[in-house]
Amino acid sequence: MSGKKTNAKQTKQASLTVGRDALLQVFKLILKDRVAFLGVLILAVLYLMVGLADVIAPYGEQWSDRDLANAPPTPIYMISESGGITWPYVQRYERQFDPANLEYSFQPVIGEIHPIQLFVHGEPYQFLGIIPSDIHLFGVDAPARLALLGFDMNGRDNFSRLLFGGQISLTIGFLSLFIAFPMGLIYGGISGYFGGWVDNLMMRAAEVIMSIPSLYLLITLAAIIPSSLSSTQRFTMVVVILAFIGWAGFSRVIRGMVLAIKEQEFVEAGRAIGLSNFSIIIRHILPQTASYLIVALTLSVPGYILMESGLSFLGLGIVQPDASWGNMLKEAQSIPNVLYAPWMLMPGLLIFLAVLAFNVVGDAVRDILDPKSYIRN
Amino acid sequence: MPIPIYILKRLLYAVPTLILVSIIGFTLMRFDFDFGTYQIPWVDGKTHTIALAIKNPIDPLSELKSNPAITIEALREEEKRLGLDQPMHVQYGLWLSHLLNFDWQAPMEGRWHEFFQPNLGLTFSGEDVATLLIQKSGYTLMLNVIVVLLTWLVALPLGVYAALRWRSTTDRLLTLFSSVGMAAPSFVVAILMGVFVVGTGILPFGGLFSEGSEFMTPVGQVLDALKHLIIPVLVLSFGGMASIQRQMRGNLLDVLQAEYVRLARAKGLAENVVIYKHAVRTAVNPLVTMLGYEFSALLSGALLVEIVLNYPGLGQFIYQAVMKTDTNTVMASLVMSSAMLVLGNLLADILLKLVDPRIELN
Repeated sequence: MSGKKTNAKQTKQASLTVGRDALLQVFKLILKDRVAFLGVLILAVLYLMVGLADVIAPYGEQWSDRDLANAPPTPIYMISESGGITWPYVQRYERQFDPANLEYSFQPVIGEIHPIQLFVHGEPYQFLGIIPSDIHLFGVDAPARLALLGFDMNGRDNFSRLLFGGQISLTIGFLSLFIAFPMGLIYGGISGYFGGWVDNLMMRAAEVIMSIPSLYLLITLAAIIPSSLSSTQRFTMVVVILAFIGWAGFSRVIRGMVLAIKEQEFVEAGRAIGLSNFSIIIRHILPQTASYLIVALTLSVPGYILMESGLSFLGLGIVQPDASWGNMLKEAQSIPNVLYAPWMLMPGLLIFLAVLAFNVVGDAVRDILDPKSYIRN
Repeated sequence: MPIPIYILKRLLYAVPTLILVSIIGFTLMRFDFDFGTYQIPWVDGKTHTIALAIKNPIDPLSELKSNPAITIEALREEEKRLGLDQPMHVQYGLWLSHLLNFDWQAPMEGRWHEFFQPNLGLTFSGEDVATLLIQKSGYTLMLNVIVVLLTWLVALPLGVYAALRWRSTTDRLLTLFSSVGMAAPSFVVAILMGVFVVGTGILPFGGLFSEGSEFMTPVGQVLDALKHLIIPVLVLSFGGMASIQRQMRGNLLDVLQAEYVRLARAKGLAENVVIYKHAVRTAVNPLVTMLGYEFSALLSGALLVEIVLNYPGLGQFIYQAVMKTDTNTVMASLVMSSAMLVLGNLLADILLKLVDPRIELN
């Protein structure tokens, strides 16, 4: 009895180490590919920055200075009044109204010099959600403001919000994937394994979801999210909705793979020793799809990032006052805004970078794990 | 299976699909579940009343109610037509019966255009949904057809060119271009294009017709619409071109390794014949399979671009309706968009049969 137990344990451990080795191997191969390495680097920097948003951002997500609404990025000077080079400093800006042209402008207050300080005390926050702190990587003293990317229409700091928004935009895809993938796996697994009318019926149902253009279904689904929800609830709803769109297409691929795998001898063997259908599907057939899974996982993240940003861009996903890259771009929807404040496009650039990096890494992973793949996107 | 019978079969299959799509859409827009109230005796001796019901927060007539141009009678009539006081499944039945409004007398009397007249109700602004739906989906279809044609005409040769000059500077540049094209979100590209056009003023921005275009000559109107189409077409083609160029390059590179290509070369065929008659022919097939998928992505991508560029298509139509809780329009556009998608997939499959006779239709 106990011998059997240790035996099972050993095999489990063995397979685990093989898996880890394989992953390490893949990782090493990725790092060898120069382009893919760049992709990994970009992703690492992006995730590190949004992960440490509390520390890096000079202001909080909801912090605002109404007097500086729509102000451009704060200029940083390095030449002192006497002409020499000094430590970078900023000046305080004041809003002035020009009654002749009915225009607001932001003018520096001459003589007020505020050097940029490192590790300053600012807005309090909970580092990693537990450790209370108020240290920010950089910042300036109170009356002056330091906004690298200007202020939005509510006087909030765009740069800080970009980092906090990234927390949502860069994680929502993964969270949806972790719902959509198990759903698609089990659905496709059952459908392919049983075949016959079960398969026919299940695939018809999945095809119905796929025969609606995804964004049309997405905005219809998003429209019924009640506006009274808290931001966490809303975030959860968006995750669930994105997953709901994604599982169908994925399940069809899995079903195709299962159809081929179930003809193999080990499945027959499993049936012969009396394993239940469910256990054969979960423990023996689905693990065979692992390499496709990893490839599909990396290649689908960008799709989810794009869907979330599109949805929030339309005002149906993550909504104000919470930041996400999509809803920050909403202000750029009016072209004159962008002409006068091109830094508003920064979230777009970051979405582009993240998607590009995921694509590049996904391509490399696919080339390594699945050299004969037909899904060359 | 002969092609006409195959088409018929697929069209018959499409009917239950579209009905299910409409049921999903209807449930989303009009869900109203009442599982009754239950008296549950609790451990503390009291009886608790629990009502299991999910109320729908959406009022489909909210916009019409606040519109002063809509009379009370019209509102009552619409309320009755939708059966708002009845349970959900009855409402769906009503919706379906209004949609399938056939006049069987009409074709016999030679009035063909009056045969099928779905009554889809009023939009939030009080216009007829059916009329607008035809117009808007026409505009979206026009945009997508132009984009698909342009994408294929440009991207296929580029893909072939890149594959034949594998690892040359041009190939690397094209690969870079396609990576950028695939990663750039369509709405951001649309904004950038908009900034460029508004900044330079070389092309009109937004819409499909200029103001006062109805007074132009027919030729002038077409030219005017074409001018407005340039930006949306360019924006949408950018992403599509990237992926097709890349696919074509990859496929052709794979095919060029195949035995029959080597054989064709060995038997002394001219290089051009080998490539264009043997290799490219085969390499195109997987792309045709992708056409249906591409069409789906295109419809979704067009929705965002239509909104940014204010293009009067189906995407903008459904978006405005969603924002105004206009159930009539949302239902109609949802079913229409998936009908377009189903037909697009069918077309792609038939096209595949035409370019690749080995394919068995079933």
